[in-house]
Amino acid sequence: MTSGSHLSIWFFVGILLAFYGLIIAGAGIYGWFVPPQVHLAQYHADLWWGLLLLAIGVFYCYHFAPRKARAR
Amino acid sequence: MPSLPLVLAAETVSTKLLSLSLPDLVIIVAYFAMVLGIGWYLKRQTQTGEDFFLAGREMTAWIAGLSFLSANLGSLELMGWAGAAYQYGILATHWYWIGAIPAMLFLGIVMMPFYYISKTHSVPGYLQLRFGENSRAFAAISFAFMTILMSGVNMFAMASVMKVVLGWDINFSIWVSSLTVAAYVSLGGLKSAIFNEVLQFVLIWAGAMLIPILGLIEAGGWENLKMEIAGRLGRSDYTHVWSTLGSFQDNPMGIHWTGIVFGLGWVVSFGYWTTDFLVVQRVLSAKDLRSAKMAPIIGAAFKMMVPLIVILPGLLGLGLLDMKLLPESEVKLTGGYSYNDVLPLMMARYLGPGLLGLGITALIAGFMAGMAGNVSAFATVWTYDIYRAFIKKDATDAHYVSMGRWCTIIGIFVSIGTAYLVMQFSSIMDYVQALFSFFIAPLFGTVLLGMLWKRATPAGGFWGLLAGTVSSIAMWFWVYMSPGALAYVALSPHAKPMAENMYRGLWSWIICVVVTVAVSLVTRPKTDQELVGLVYGCTPIPSEQHVLLWRRPILWAGVVGAAFIALNVIFW
Repeated sequence: MTSGSHLSIWFFVGILLAFYGLIIAGAGIYGWFVPPQVHLAQYHADLWWGLLLLAIGVFYCYHFAPRKARAR
Repeated sequence: MPSLPLVLAAETVSTKLLSLSLPDLVIIVAYFAMVLGIGWYLKRQTQTGEDFFLAGREMTAWIAGLSFLSANLGSLELMGWAGAAYQYGILATHWYWIGAIPAMLFLGIVMMPFYYISKTHSVPGYLQLRFGENSRAFAAISFAFMTILMSGVNMFAMASVMKVVLGWDINFSIWVSSLTVAAYVSLGGLKSAIFNEVLQFVLIWAGAMLIPILGLIEAGGWENLKMEIAGRLGRSDYTHVWSTLGSFQDNPMGIHWTGIVFGLGWVVSFGYWTTDFLVVQRVLSAKDLRSAKMAPIIGAAFKMMVPLIVILPGLLGLGLLDMKLLPESEVKLTGGYSYNDVLPLMMARYLGPGLLGLGITALIAGFMAGMAGNVSAFATVWTYDIYRAFIKKDATDAHYVSMGRWCTIIGIFVSIGTAYLVMQFSSIMDYVQALFSFFIAPLFGTVLLGMLWKRATPAGGFWGLLAGTVSSIAMWFWVYMSPGALAYVALSPHAKPMAENMYRGLWSWIICVVVTVAVSLVTRPKTDQELVGLVYGCTPIPSEQHVLLWRRPILWAGVVGAAFIALNVIFW
């Protein structure tokens, strides 16, 4: 299920991770100005983690996009 | 496995552990939308019985392997074992290492060729090919009954957890999650269940990995954490996996290494990972034999790392939390938080808006994937091993697919009924784990002899399976009626339920093997021609000589095995 005419599961994973990355990074940017009441808030884990999820999600979306799957 | 205390907590805690904000809710809703979307998308691809019940046998090794692991990695498992790590220390890791890795590698290298080459659609289906209809009927009916019961129990347990952690109404949790699962599994069958299990696997790591990272930063590294735990508890045995197992009194779990190695590492682990159709079904969906062999090896590699997101958070709770967590029985009397709350507490400690939603989504996804695993396995066994075998033998493929979809929905409703039954009679929870253990250990004995000993006969297989199961039930009743019998069944009057289950499994496995061998020796075996594709010695296993070395399953099994040994030595 990673090739052929069907959408790959990794494409769905990419969409969800990219969306989650956007939401969490957005919350992280807000948290930069209004820090959340959690331990180690000074490291801004939400922002970095959100950007990481966004990057992985975009990569999966691109790599397993339907047009590329059809080309393989 | 350890779900009862979490359920009891629902009755005792009136305030919720965590509060969600808007980004968290958006993340949870997006997850539900995605799983329903996947089910709807896959419906068009699910036309034949092979599509619906075996995902078209076209899964790659990675997808089958991750799904194989996910079907077991439910959210109750995550929270329960994090709690066990807080209570017993790093010893809980044994359930992820010796209690899983050798069995998973054995499944991939030794057993998978027979499951796969025989082209069976299920474990009871293999028993029918090897031992005949009686063995299949016994295994199928017991599996279908247990699976649907477990599904209902887990449904109620998860709803209880959501009440404790988030304050959600139990009815709301049960109906929303189960109807979602019913929708996507009945639409897309096993393929839909597998896709969602892979999604769940990614979400669990994405949602849980920050806790060990931030926890180790706060603790100042692993060595500092060990010192902190030893300082707080006044003992250093919470961070060693083997060195304290020389005697029952030297470790927090009160267990001996023989129990861990022979009870957990052999019977319980091999029984679960090699014959429980819930997990084996995922591997049967692989696209070829090499993928089917690689899938459990890939699963084992990740299983070895799961303690990072389960056991380590429990130990971090032990070393960093300001409060002392208590057993459920004490929480009931005095209030406070229990061992099983350690994972949500660590989430609350580090995860702000958005991240918290991801963590909760990981828990919900774990629960739903576990339930989907149960109902998809139930649908296959009911349709192929009960309905087609004994009720309607000559229907069309489309009829069986339709039956699969309907019994998925009916299975969910029976599970919901079971969940409400458990709500009324919570003592059912006490018995379910024992009930499940009745069947697994003898089944492992039957399947193992069936695959490796060609002299085993149909009569031997059936009577061995029956004798093992009946003896297991008899031992349970013996201890239930007369608690003093524990000293004989579990070798110690002080044995805990977990140890009792292990020893009962060991005895019933031995009884199954002895009876199978004895009956086989006095009954007529099948001919070698009848055993082709089913038994070692009669089955030509495709050579891997032409496969590049780095693509061979045996190489990767060796790598995972070496890493497993190294980890045990490092944390000795």
